[in-house]
Amino acid sequence: MKMAVLSGKGGTGKTLVSVNLAAVAHESVYIDCDVEEPNGYLFFKPVNIESEKISIKIPMVDEKLCTGCRTCVDFCKFNALAYIDGKLIVFDEICHSCGGCILFCPAKALSEKEKIIGEIQKGISENVAVVTGILNTGEASGVPIIKKLLDGVQKENRMTFIDCPPGSACTVMESIKDADYCLLVAEPTIFGVHNLNMVYELVKLFEKPYGVVLNKCLPVKNPAEEFCIEKNIKILGEIQFDKELGKLNSNALIAARESEKYRQFFFSLIQILIKEVCDETAVNP
Amino acid sequence: MKIAMPVDGKSMDSTVCISFGRTPYFLIYDTESKESTFLDNSAAASQGGAGIKAAQTIADNKVGALLTPRCGENAANVLKAANTKIYKTKNNSIKDNINAFNSGKLTLLEDIHLGFHNHGGK
Amino acid sequence: MKQLLILSGKGGTGKTTVAGAFIKLSKAKAYADCDVDAPNLHLVMNQSSKAEQSDYYGFPKAEIDPELCTKCDLCRQNCRFDAIHIDGDCEVDFYACEGCGICEKICPAGAVSMKPAKAGDLLLYLDDTVFSTAQLKMGSGTSGKLVTEVKKQMNSVEVNSKIAIIDGSPGIGCPVIASISGVDMVLIVAEPSMSGISDMKRIIKTADKFKTKIALCINKYDTNIEKTKQIEAICKELKLPFTGRIPFDNDAVKAVNNGQSIVDVVCLSGRAVKQVFNKTMKILLTKS
Repeated sequence: MKMAVLSGKGGTGKTLVSVNLAAVAHESVYIDCDVEEPNGYLFFKPVNIESEKISIKIPMVDEKLCTGCRTCVDFCKFNALAYIDGKLIVFDEICHSCGGCILFCPAKALSEKEKIIGEIQKGISENVAVVTGILNTGEASGVPIIKKLLDGVQKENRMTFIDCPPGSACTVMESIKDADYCLLVAEPTIFGVHNLNMVYELVKLFEKPYGVVLNKCLPVKNPAEEFCIEKNIKILGEIQFDKELGKLNSNALIAARESEKYRQFFFSLIQILIKEVCDETAVNP
Repeated sequence: MKIAMPVDGKSMDSTVCISFGRTPYFLIYDTESKESTFLDNSAAASQGGAGIKAAQTIADNKVGALLTPRCGENAANVLKAANTKIYKTKNNSIKDNINAFNSGKLTLLEDIHLGFHNHGGK
Repeated sequence: MKQLLILSGKGGTGKTTVAGAFIKLSKAKAYADCDVDAPNLHLVMNQSSKAEQSDYYGFPKAEIDPELCTKCDLCRQNCRFDAIHIDGDCEVDFYACEGCGICEKICPAGAVSMKPAKAGDLLLYLDDTVFSTAQLKMGSGTSGKLVTEVKKQMNSVEVNSKIAIIDGSPGIGCPVIASISGVDMVLIVAEPSMSGISDMKRIIKTADKFKTKIALCINKYDTNIEKTKQIEAICKELKLPFTGRIPFDNDAVKAVNNGQSIVDVVCLSGRAVKQVFNKTMKILLTKS
């Protein structure tokens, strides 16, 4: 079972929910796809870390072969190449790795080299296999890392929790592609509603089954709850605003491992989720 | 020597454009013959790397000096490879800057900003 | 006009709440929301007029003409973005295509062309202030360019304003880099948590590359005093000016839900943000 946890923006409790669910599952995999700001590993403090550098392919030129025809310069939609004073210059950080310059070079003067843009760290935290994607600062796109993170996720038999990047951009789409179920985490503010609406549209577009967890609930009017009722979105759980939980969370402790109350809470949430996924697959096999 | 300037319109009475990579036109001015030509900047509509493409145009026109208010890191690297000097414009008047350049009153542009990752300046 | 950009690295630290308060306090006539993935600022700014909408086009994407396509498969084989699928007809995955143009150039039948693709909406509110914002279309990857457009739109209207306030986007990737370019100062709103500190360090590193003035404040400081002290120590170590602490405040949630800024109501966080504002302005307005 693959569960994507997402929210329209950061700070709603996406990581809190996915980390704690993974912690209470019997045996699970936690994948942090929020490669710009990966935080899950801070909670899990995984050991036996294996890391793998992630690179993209960028062109390099063999000056002896280059005839100066400029086919590559003219082709590149991203303007990552310039031909000056008899020399081809490649701008690595602008290159999208499409491979067009290499493909179309009539003199076969271009070949590819690897450029590291980040890494993936795999480690173990008790019952959880923790997989973290980290984008190097200054790099523009984390998509190649997310693709690599989710490589092989289809074959994974353990329960898998995918902590998605915030927003509804291409990185999020990449993250939810292989999920069986999408869990949306929402805050009780009008900001929360606006952001919930965005991811709600996204999961509908991808025709993924979904449900909502309301976080930081206060004993006052909750616009996010009203939104769910109005749109007929299933609310699977409500996490009350709790100073104790906030403290545990801000110290990067896993509430479900520290407190019996939260262990029970997330355990029952996982039961609800499993039932939801089973119902869904029964309806849409 | 040929000098170039990013400009807002195709006339000597137009103004210096604030952006190098995404300027609509370039003025190419020959300081000896006093001849001026205006080029369309094909880089203006680029998705990214406009500075690089614009600098390529400048280099292809064998320009010895570029007069511009701003210039990005990538474009500056292209121009450096092409041995084109970059001078900072003093105001937005085309004529003032040509005169200042001719009398050696313009200074080299020191303040090369970091690449904007394909996103242009302000 | 001096431009102040508010960033956080991590989402949900209260960036927009602080931005909203700063706009009110500074009486800035120009402001923008660069969080184009999840814009929120308009929810608390209470614009009296309707926004002028314009389409935002990202990069052109490939389109295959089924009439001309011979299903030779060349485009699919050479696409690095897995954006072309052939089941029955040849189709381009709108979300995966990065517009590189290989398929267009390689197609022997001339069936592929690059077509402009709408990637979002630019919105401009004009009354006595200029408020520029945008909403990126779902799954569009060109948010950095849209951020630039939002700032351009804000600057396109002449206003007599000493400062402009820009609400940035979370993360450290391309939209953030685009939002930093050209601003006079960055204020980072940090959150006293392990995650918050980790993200804060990454955003400082990113902002540092642009040699922009940086200052820092802490929101919800009382949710974890130890972490608050840790952040203040980091500021000292990095010699970053610290502009103050804002407490966690239930009244702030209420204000936001009523579409108000925290300085519109009498509350603890509102009072604290005023001090943060004064200190930040001093730094913004002094010559470096």
